Amino acid sequence: MTPGIDTGDTAWMLAATALVLLMTPALGLFYAGLVRGKNTLNTFMMCIASIAVAALTWALVGYSLAFDEGNGFIGGLGHAFLRDVTFEPREGSTIPHLLFMAFQATFCIITVALVSGAVVERMRFGAFLLFAALWSVAVYAVLAHWSFGGGWLIDNGALDFAGGVPVEMGSGFSALAAALVVGARKDYGRQALLPHNAVYVLLGAGLLWFGWFGFNGGSGFSTGNAGVLAFVNTLLTPAATLVAWFALDLVRGRQVTAIGAATAIIVGCVLITPAGGFISPGWAILLGAVGAIPSYAVIVLRPRTRVDETLDVLAAHGTAGMTGILFAGVFASASWNGVADGLLYGDAGTLGWQALAAVATPAYAFGMTWLLLRLVGAVLPLRADDRDQGIGMDVLEHGEEAYASGEGAILIEPDGARAAGALVTVP
Amino acid sequence: MKLVIGIVRPEKANDVLEALFRAEVCGISISRVQGHGGELDRVETYRGTTVKMGLADKVRFEIAVSEPFVEPTIDALCEGARTGEVGDGKIFVVPLERVVRIRTGETDNAAVTPVNA
Repeated sequence: MTPGIDTGDTAWMLAATALVLLMTPALGLFYAGLVRGKNTLNTFMMCIASIAVAALTWALVGYSLAFDEGNGFIGGLGHAFLRDVTFEPREGSTIPHLLFMAFQATFCIITVALVSGAVVERMRFGAFLLFAALWSVAVYAVLAHWSFGGGWLIDNGALDFAGGVPVEMGSGFSALAAALVVGARKDYGRQALLPHNAVYVLLGAGLLWFGWFGFNGGSGFSTGNAGVLAFVNTLLTPAATLVAWFALDLVRGRQVTAIGAATAIIVGCVLITPAGGFISPGWAILLGAVGAIPSYAVIVLRPRTRVDETLDVLAAHGTAGMTGILFAGVFASASWNGVADGLLYGDAGTLGWQALAAVATPAYAFGMTWLLLRLVGAVLPLRADDRDQGIGMDVLEHGEEAYASGEGAILIEPDGARAAGALVTVP
Repeated sequence: MKLVIGIVRPEKANDVLEALFRAEVCGISISRVQGHGGELDRVETYRGTTVKMGLADKVRFEIAVSEPFVEPTIDALCEGARTGEVGDGKIFVVPLERVVRIRTGETDNAAVTPVNA
């Protein structure tokens, strides 16, 4: 055992890393249920592709730009290609540096996958792969440096426990830019484009919540108090959001909806992400209840615009992330977190930096994503044309269907028709 | 009276429905069907198995109409379903012997005329 390593902390962080990785396929299931049946696989594949692409860009340069010493804006290249990322713990931590890198990699992966929700059902797969690679470095790594890796936000005492800046606001406002650059789906605003499987949506949300215990609970990087507090708050806040969402649904439509409930789980988990290890369980419940309102409002109002931000990443992640960041600035208490007080406990300066984070992050994420997609669009087609969207992205991009019946399918390879001795007249 | 059967692309089904409603045709049944109509086959691969999809998904409209509505119905089907590419579908018009509205026992033209018309 390398000196300075704590076995309990390391064991928990190994498990937490796996929990967070599960969130990306869970998001794939959640998103796949929300689209039409002919786009199921493509939507899921964008999440799988995020794992493929972002895990590698993270190991190559992303981790270094986020966590190596650099300036306030971006880290250095000292850890590029994982140089000097070994079993030795980072300064101030009790787990192997290599494990810390892997845990952070899973954050980058899920964030890239989140952005895909804005462009499903029409963005070309090739363009998405290139975009994912560029975005994971130019947006995620930079924002992660700001709030986790020694950048200007964390240096000035801005509170972001598990990624309200890079993950939630980063994905939410990038999603808005992506929806604007890629453009709306064919028939958007003219025909109803409905979710095709609400059970996937609920199951995906449930698995995301499960994974989020690793996401928030692991962001203390130990089995210490902060991690335990965040873990418990990850139970309480989404529960409060669910109840609030039920109430809002009842007021608006007289019925409690299932897809609304799935959305509430995500919104609740996002709300507590920046604040998890900083606020008391009591305030966490209030955050869940009150924080539901702005996200609910954006979800109701967004479809009335021409902006086809398809799966409401802005409402669920951008808006809720911003709410959580600001809430932490008010309700953080040093008696619970041992780090900082918020406005309510006498430190107004914290809220000032939270507010600055809530302005600078959306601006950077939106602007840089806009630029990257223009760049990608210059070399690759960004969107499928109307005819191809009609056929569906599954057949177009992957040559597969999620729900193939096999009726009418004629074997070409291997020469199965002959091997099986079947008489097949190929039309 | 005629039974107008239109077989169209699934992604054009909503457009067809809109065109039919505009033509004030509102007694409609639809079903999901699979068929082959001479279009090029799609090739799909599942692991080591490559197949040619000999049947394409289609939506079948069945519309029983009185004589004055036959042409408007055909026009609406064409307008809503046409993309100009192979695979847009077919329309079959067949004579109808009898129609009965179950609720009232009305028959023929009275039975194919919408209640609120």
